[in-house]
Amino acid sequence: MTTTVPPVRSEDPSADERLLRVSPLRRLLGRPELGSVVGALAVFLFFALVADGFLRASSFGTVLYAASTIGIMAVPVALLMIGGEFDLSAGVLVTSSALISSMFSFQLTTNVWVGVLVSLLVTVAIGVFNGFMLTRTKLPSFIITLGTFLMLTGLNLGLTKLISGTVSTKTIADMEGFGSARALFASQLTLGGVELKVTVLWWFGLVALATWILLRTRAGNWVFAVGGGPEAARAVGVPVRATKTGLYMGVGFCAWVSGQHLLFSFDVVQSGEGVGNELIYIIAAVIGGCLITGGYGSAIGAAVGAFIFGMTSKGIVYAEWNPDWFKFFLGAMLLLATLLNAWVRKRAEATA
Amino acid sequence: MARVRTGARAVGAVLAAALALSLAGCSSTGGKRAEDARKAASAQGHAAVNTPKWTIAMVTHSGDGDTFWDIVQNGAKQAAVKDNINFLYAHSDEAQQQAQLVDSYIDKKVDGLIVTLAKPDAMKAVVAKAVKAGIPVVTVNSGSAQSKSFGALTHIGQDETIAGEAVGEELDKRGRKKALCVLHEQGNVGHEQRCAGVKKTFGGDLQNLYVDGTNMPDVQAAVEAKLQTDSSIDAVVTLGAPFADAAVQAVRSAGSRAEVDTFDLNAKVAAALDSGRLGFAVDQQPYLQGYQAVDLLWLYRYNADVLGGGRPVLTGPQIITKDAAAALKEYTERGTR
Repeated sequence: MTTTVPPVRSEDPSADERLLRVSPLRRLLGRPELGSVVGALAVFLFFALVADGFLRASSFGTVLYAASTIGIMAVPVALLMIGGEFDLSAGVLVTSSALISSMFSFQLTTNVWVGVLVSLLVTVAIGVFNGFMLTRTKLPSFIITLGTFLMLTGLNLGLTKLISGTVSTKTIADMEGFGSARALFASQLTLGGVELKVTVLWWFGLVALATWILLRTRAGNWVFAVGGGPEAARAVGVPVRATKTGLYMGVGFCAWVSGQHLLFSFDVVQSGEGVGNELIYIIAAVIGGCLITGGYGSAIGAAVGAFIFGMTSKGIVYAEWNPDWFKFFLGAMLLLATLLNAWVRKRAEATA
Repeated sequence: MARVRTGARAVGAVLAAALALSLAGCSSTGGKRAEDARKAASAQGHAAVNTPKWTIAMVTHSGDGDTFWDIVQNGAKQAAVKDNINFLYAHSDEAQQQAQLVDSYIDKKVDGLIVTLAKPDAMKAVVAKAVKAGIPVVTVNSGSAQSKSFGALTHIGQDETIAGEAVGEELDKRGRKKALCVLHEQGNVGHEQRCAGVKKTFGGDLQNLYVDGTNMPDVQAAVEAKLQTDSSIDAVVTLGAPFADAAVQAVRSAGSRAEVDTFDLNAKVAAALDSGRLGFAVDQQPYLQGYQAVDLLWLYRYNADVLGGGRPVLTGPQIITKDAAAALKEYTERGTR
């Protein structure tokens, strides 16, 4: 997406230079996810060699599951970063979503689905709040969402304790609608001997949807324009505020999916969790080629970033290494991926 | 140019001084050398059995770098050496992550699993999966109530409520009237149970105080502020060994006469008990939890032995006062108590 120009067939070589045919190789080098794909291949080969059991089919299911729980959130976070903003509240928002759903259905003894829908409304509303505060106050998103992050962390603990009396919610496994909701958010399928969690499908679906929006719709162009230069975007008629608010709503929606998965796979929710995960989503997006300054990146890249994450976290276990080193590997990988991205991009631009 | 050279010379002087100091300033007590001498005792020896090399994995809910779990691991490693076992360890304080780690060990087809059930509902499915896959599971530390119904062989640990009750009784024995229970981790069910247990048996008044356990100065400031606002508090109970020290300092700087008591043990707590700065400690013997878990899995694989008769095997509470502290000091220093 370096070249915002769509590849157009040029009949006349003397035509506008922007319509030049670009060689497939160069186009490949210009893809934001290239660095992460190379990285993912390297990580895969590495663990396939050193970790016994990594190549087993059942292990693949576990790795994909780990990747999907991060990947579902990495998608909207990547979109948001392309749009030039951050969301530090994304990690705890997942926990909030699960808590709201669980406590609403339990306390009012409603069908579980009512809680699920209320939770959807509230999480998307929190997204709207983030977007509204950001676009009205013009403060950096770092500050705004840091505020929401802390407020949500406090609300999660405080409200749960106030309502349930303990720090975790009560089980809703015996309530009406639980079975069908679990089927949607936390079921398990067996595909050719591999046990796949349904989150993997959610993840693939969301990546496909986000990619379609980014590359094939007008809203997608807006996202790139807003991240590349909000003033210029506004000048050419892009609804900057609506685009940014929409991106935060996307984070809310995916946090809802993730939160419902948490709730329906474990029946109860721990109110103190989720802190720190927001950085993991951002790391996945950055490894996947999103620029921290906005205007560049892809949803597929973020998915690959999440996959690298899943492979590393589980690969270390399969390789029987001391998990104390996990964060070190992660940091090294992050640095390498971004360096590789920067290098590839520079090469691609220099020869363009 | 002159400025640069002055700067370089200054740096050189500082380096030289630091080097001279580290050479001249050798300590004849403590430090790494003394530690190395003690360490010689930990987790070594040969396999005492000739069973095949089985692999046993432990997955706990510990956060990064927690000394308590180091002691558990030391126990497990010692048993692993004796029983000719390849011991693996992983941890995560996020329920979902912990469950995923267990999943990966099931994929690895380990010969035995040791898990903590601090967040039982999150672990239910994976423990069932392990049992179904024919992997024997022993639960340790937390989850005495759920262990059996999840299909684990045995639970080894301390019942948090019983431990709390023991503290309440001990406080009564010591004639305390108003106590403070310092919770350093918001959202930990086991911690809530400890304080609830204290409340149940303690004749006086008990208040809970939540502090941020990852920020020691904050812990001290919070306890200090509480003691200053309420001078009638005559006992402070901390839920983890590292926080006892912060509480002692808080008591001192608040000018309070409260006695500090704590759950769990470490080298500093043992020393403080010995010198009388702490009243008493309640130990749950983490070394024993790790050691027994590995050993019981070995026994099960070797001889189908199960301990406990379907009930939790308790490793605590053990009340430690000044009298016993001196003897335990050496063990805490080598990281086994």
